[in-house]
Amino acid sequence: MPPQDPDDRVSALLAHADDNLVLAQRLGEWIASAPELEIDIALGNIALDHLGVARALYTHAGDLQGEGRGEDDLALGREERDYLNLLLVEQPNGDFARTMVRQLFFDAYQTPLWEDLSASDAPVLAGIAAKAAKETAYHLQYSSSWVIRLGDGTEESHRRAQDAVGALWRFTSELTEDDRASYRDEWERLVGAVLGEAKLEVPEDPYQRTGGRHGYHTEHLGYLLAEMQWMQRSYPEMKW
Amino acid sequence: MTYEVPVAPGESADIEETTGSEREGWPLWEVFVRARRGISHVHIGSLHAADPESALQNARDVYTRRGEGVSVWVVPSEQVYAFEPEAAADYVEANEKVYRLATAYDIPDEVGQM
Repeated sequence: MPPQDPDDRVSALLAHADDNLVLAQRLGEWIASAPELEIDIALGNIALDHLGVARALYTHAGDLQGEGRGEDDLALGREERDYLNLLLVEQPNGDFARTMVRQLFFDAYQTPLWEDLSASDAPVLAGIAAKAAKETAYHLQYSSSWVIRLGDGTEESHRRAQDAVGALWRFTSELTEDDRASYRDEWERLVGAVLGEAKLEVPEDPYQRTGGRHGYHTEHLGYLLAEMQWMQRSYPEMKW
Repeated sequence: MTYEVPVAPGESADIEETTGSEREGWPLWEVFVRARRGISHVHIGSLHAADPESALQNARDVYTRRGEGVSVWVVPSEQVYAFEPEAAADYVEANEKVYRLATAYDIPDEVGQM
């Protein structure tokens, strides 16, 4: 359920939009350099799904805000400190295993999220969530199958997948903290099933980093935004 | 491939360079899509994939993102047998046997459009 205070509702929409925009930007970095042409296309498709969700949410947030800010203003015209995305999605692509484990962790969070929000009594948000739920189901299938294939694959693919789980685990508690705590059971069930089949182990290190939802980011987001925002900042209000 | 390069006395400098063409890629699959119920699967193209599951997944991403089909088949390309192009004449030409062609028959006007 979205918070009822208009400012809170806008912040909640921006947070989900930022998640999807930043992950779309990361996935887009694979274009033309993925391990295989087919993966290149698949990652491009998934990136565009995330971008589509982000666009719809930014537009809706701008309408609610009522200050005449469009999707481009909100996506490209804010400072790093204003971005509310989860730390997980801004983490660098690393190798393909790292990208797929990041995707799995995020898909397993968005699965219960969209299911929940599609039952929202705010009709626009419910509509966006219902469409996103179908896309997320496919993303989860894709990331799960790859994590299993890599984890239960060769010695090298297992090592890389295990490294990825180890490196990204510290960003997972943030996915389901605060008002997202009710998604934890489903997240653990989805991720646990895949990691089990993939023969991958969860790190014992309890260290967790959070802060993204409050605008405190890892060192990686600034570089991503610099690249993403450069055109709009150099040529304000440019149109293609 | 090994290249001979000038080296200082006592040094060894064999450079091994692997080119993309020597890399073993994924096997090739042929993709067949049925556009709607009641008609046949039609060959739509090919793709690379490591196993049947990912071949179907790739087919979805590469060929059916715009609502093209209700059913998809993938077949390992090495399982497709074909005759040599030179043999085409023996296999596919009507060999002047006009009675094999529908156009060889006069259709009475009463029949109308066939």
